[in-house]
Amino acid sequence: MKGDHSSTPQNPSRRDILTLATSAGAVTAVGGVAWPLIAQMNPDASARALASTEVDVSTVPEGQIITVKWRGKPVFIRHRTEKEIQDAQAVSLKELPDPEPDDKRVQKPQWLVVIGICTHLGCIPTGKEGEYDGWFCPCHGSSYDVSGRIRQGPAPNNLEVPNYAFVSDTKIKIG
Amino acid sequence: MSGHSQYKPKSNFAKWLERRLPIISFMYDSFVAYPTPKNLNYLWTFGAILSFMLVAQIITGVVLAMHYTPEVTLAFNSVENIMRDVNWGWALRYAHANGASMFFLAVYIHIFRGMYYGSYKEPRELLWILGVVIFMVMMATGFLGYVLPWGQMSFWAATVITNLFSALPWVGPSITTWLLGGYSVDNATLNRFFALHYLLPFIIVAIVALHVWALHVTGQNNPTGVEVKDVKRDTVPFTPYATMKDGFAIGVFVLLYAWMTFFVPNYLGHPDNYIEANPLVTPPHIVPEWYFLPFYAILRAIPNKLLGVIALFLSILIVAALPWLDTSKVKSGTYRPLFRKFYWAFVAVSIGLGYLGSQPAEGAYLWIARLLTFYYFFHFLVILPLLGRREKPDPLPNSISEAIDNRGASHA
Repeated sequence: MKGDHSSTPQNPSRRDILTLATSAGAVTAVGGVAWPLIAQMNPDASARALASTEVDVSTVPEGQIITVKWRGKPVFIRHRTEKEIQDAQAVSLKELPDPEPDDKRVQKPQWLVVIGICTHLGCIPTGKEGEYDGWFCPCHGSSYDVSGRIRQGPAPNNLEVPNYAFVSDTKIKIG
Repeated sequence: MSGHSQYKPKSNFAKWLERRLPIISFMYDSFVAYPTPKNLNYLWTFGAILSFMLVAQIITGVVLAMHYTPEVTLAFNSVENIMRDVNWGWALRYAHANGASMFFLAVYIHIFRGMYYGSYKEPRELLWILGVVIFMVMMATGFLGYVLPWGQMSFWAATVITNLFSALPWVGPSITTWLLGGYSVDNATLNRFFALHYLLPFIIVAIVALHVWALHVTGQNNPTGVEVKDVKRDTVPFTPYATMKDGFAIGVFVLLYAWMTFFVPNYLGHPDNYIEANPLVTPPHIVPEWYFLPFYAILRAIPNKLLGVIALFLSILIVAALPWLDTSKVKSGTYRPLFRKFYWAFVAVSIGLGYLGSQPAEGAYLWIARLLTFYYFFHFLVILPLLGRREKPDPLPNSISEAIDNRGASHA
């Protein structure tokens, strides 16, 4: 019937269609305006540009840890001693809150490369401290072992291993 | 509280204005003729004290913003510049930094007063929830402001707090990156924290307006918790009675504020924050400002990252649920002998958590913190709901004026 304004779900009126279409348009428009306003807060192009860092590790004696900065974050490079390597490999996976074998975390057993940020709330752990002689986080007391794996405390995960490659025997490229 | 305004415009200008924008009669009804229960004690002056502190923080903050630079290589030095070179800059900055502490001191007294006298109960639930929202925005503002001087404590506070969000499953890390505007706390973070620190106080002003509006609809609670029955006998007009009392209380409070600002301006600060931010070194003992300590203790008490963060947020949100957790029909703790004991136990637990938050999270400290965290939630979730059903309250006075008359009689 022409001019009939009554509508049912089976037989929607022209006004229902228009209301729906207008609402859908309005929602899209609001979403479209909100998108850049929210997305502007994400890292900008300069921060995203994946700067890689090359590190010469030939001067790092056995048993020492150096800290290098990569993408604004500290990266620990640890020249592990024979005993530390054996300790790390001997740990049973059952003891670990975040089970990962040592050989999956290193490319060469004597070099451990991890991002130096506690996986709890982002503090920087101090090296060769804590019960497992790996790292100890002063903020909330998480202990990591010589493979950077979480052993005790509130941190949920192992220290993250960044993407890296050995460019030569003594040069590491991070990123 | 309602009905026709008692204000009668006299001058021609007032009559002209009244017909177009009745702002004078609105102010008159809200802050002159407004009836206040005549038995209010000094704990009821903290609303006015808080309003004063909000204005003080906004004024000192706006002028500090004229000299501060939110850029990572300049921020720390611009604050030192304020301290040394800007005319009266040291006073303005110390007033603003200590003002935050005084603001939180006042808000905690205000909240605990509400808890003792049952000010959250029907019909003031929404008034209470608005208050909790103000408290949360205050916490956010306080945190954002603490980051701006760009000292070591600033930097690591920003790192730890933004990382709280990384505990969320799946979306956590992306949310943290979004908040930071980078992969770690950096210039983008500092710049936006400054923008938000300037914005949020005005949001607080808006919510305070709603809070006061809701207060003026329900009327104030009072130490007896008995509602106003006879406006003539139970209340006195806001001006001069409340205005004078509030003014006097603000004066006393300002004495303490001024003493902090001028005599021990760094007492509540941390020396580490006079070391410029260094993203590669975390200070050995990081603690938040004193007003966050109880919540910090709760976060650290729980040995699981996600659950710790959840407990931290719940410990604040649970306060908003008080109107429904406290099942007693009697508002005021004055007439609830058993509640009073648990109330003071809760106050002690809160202060205890604050102390533990300032201590390293190890050994006995950690276990006591776990015990107190458990009790904190136990108070809200078990004690309060049961107490309302089991406790036999003391007899209530029939009215506010009767309570006052009886008190006089018993002293005679």
